[in-house]
Amino acid sequence: MADMHNEPPPGMVEKRGSGLWLTHVLMIVGVLVIFFPIWLAFVASTHTQQEIAQAPMPVMPGSHLIENYSDALFSGVNVPVATMLVNSLVMALGIALGKIAISLLSAFAIVYFRFPGRRFFFWMIFITLMLPVEVRIVPTYEVVAGFGMLNSYSGLILPLIASATATFLFRQFFLTVPDELAEAARVDGARPMRFFFDILLPMSRTNIAALFVILFIYGWNQYLWPLLITTNPEMNTIVMGLKQMFPSGDDIADWPVIMATSILAMIPPVIVVISMQKLFIRGLVDSEK
Amino acid sequence: MEKRVTFKGWLLPMLLLAPQLIVSGVFFFYPAGEAVWQSLFIPDPFGLSMQYVGLGNFEYLFNDPYYRASFVTTAVFSTLVTLVSMIPALFLAVLADRLVKGAGTYRTLLIWPYAVAPAVAGVLWLFMFNTRIGVVAFYLNQMGYDWNHVLNEHEAMGLVVVASAWGRISYNFLFYFAALQAVPKSVIEAAAIDGARFWRRFFTIVLPLLSPTTFFLLVVNIVYAFFETFGVIHTITSGGPQQATTILVYKVYADGFVGQDLGSSAAQSVVLLVVVGFLTVLQFKFVEKRVHY
Repeated sequence: MADMHNEPPPGMVEKRGSGLWLTHVLMIVGVLVIFFPIWLAFVASTHTQQEIAQAPMPVMPGSHLIENYSDALFSGVNVPVATMLVNSLVMALGIALGKIAISLLSAFAIVYFRFPGRRFFFWMIFITLMLPVEVRIVPTYEVVAGFGMLNSYSGLILPLIASATATFLFRQFFLTVPDELAEAARVDGARPMRFFFDILLPMSRTNIAALFVILFIYGWNQYLWPLLITTNPEMNTIVMGLKQMFPSGDDIADWPVIMATSILAMIPPVIVVISMQKLFIRGLVDSEK
Repeated sequence: MEKRVTFKGWLLPMLLLAPQLIVSGVFFFYPAGEAVWQSLFIPDPFGLSMQYVGLGNFEYLFNDPYYRASFVTTAVFSTLVTLVSMIPALFLAVLADRLVKGAGTYRTLLIWPYAVAPAVAGVLWLFMFNTRIGVVAFYLNQMGYDWNHVLNEHEAMGLVVVASAWGRISYNFLFYFAALQAVPKSVIEAAAIDGARFWRRFFTIVLPLLSPTTFFLLVVNIVYAFFETFGVIHTITSGGPQQATTILVYKVYADGFVGQDLGSSAAQSVVLLVVVGFLTVLQFKFVEKRVHY
């Protein structure tokens, strides 16, 4: 759709001259306002505690960038931030890849097979749409504790892995795949799994990539669930560990290190979103349909 | 829609479904059933036995002024988050849509906040409004306004609303921008020929054409404000002051994990299940109409 706009416009309703400049100016102001919190966090992560505590704090970067970031990464407050980054990465990848894998399989089963109870299972998966983890935290916590999965990667990943959204997305896509392909595979005597791996999976590449972006961010940004089940700081994820870096009581927070950690916490998802922008927008619009 | 060509057998499809069904069963259906079950009981103080109380937990819950206040708080909070995230997004999308050159660059810049986790957003905004060192708090003080969201309920609410809405502006912007690009140019030009100025065209033609997107975003943003803003509230206010920012999801957490009141927390979970069910149905009813496959 956006490509249409790259052609020379007819000109009738397009703004020219001062109107165009005004639009740019307003747009830049908007972007600056929206960007300001991130900029300020970055600035704070390059100054010393004293410089920040002296109100008003500077609005231009200082000279302590390397010091603050290596402080955060290698010593942190409760645990080195590098450890939390690894935990977040494992959790986000586990959730994204796990969801994609089980959704591909179940969508394949629902679309390409006729078996007793198909409808029932379909609705069972559908209903899980209505149960975000936030709603059932106490009993889910008890289940995970019962399995001895507190403070473990499996405890972080498994309860968030079942996703109706991904299953539906793949179901929709499989339904648009021409019947002739499955027909040809059957005539050639290909087994169902052969068809799945050789034809269906390669065809789904774009959808998988688009979904990966959305799910990676979903997994990375989880807060409540890691907060409940990781009591051991060694298992904290960076997004939930950030809040744990604030001292309790009246002690002054170590702002430069905390702000460096905030920046570190947003870099991986931002890189994923920006570098895969086209896929991301596509995945977003598709998965919300 | 159904496939005409299918494979035979029932064992293979069951094996294919098994991972999803097992995960859903263990981590979705069992806990949800448990929540419904627990909501009918009160555990004794030592957790040794449970006493059946029927709907007693619910009765108690709805007579609890704090719980009823939490409903009002949630309603106010989600309305404000929705408005504060949608109006600026629409405004920016209209601006970006008018630009022939540079719209892509602005879009790239505006996507950033979407990738920032709500809890991280909470910390960024807390930093700006911190009563001791926050830049914005400092300048507000200079202008004679005594900012203190730690004590003032309205300021606390305002801060969690803005921090929650901030990342959503990106999200809403993307949807509005895509929708605006899809508005047929010929319609706009016809109106222009008839002498309709920009704002008149916007309100009489563009806005009505955007209404499906607007309704969709309304529902999605309300769902977001209900269930995904826990991180913002936990980092900025922890539900305070005097529970002024305790939304329903925060209360389930506070009563269940901090207060250890399992019966009440389970009853609250059940109430939330009903709310989610309602919102999901609403979303689907609407989405069914919108999407043409």
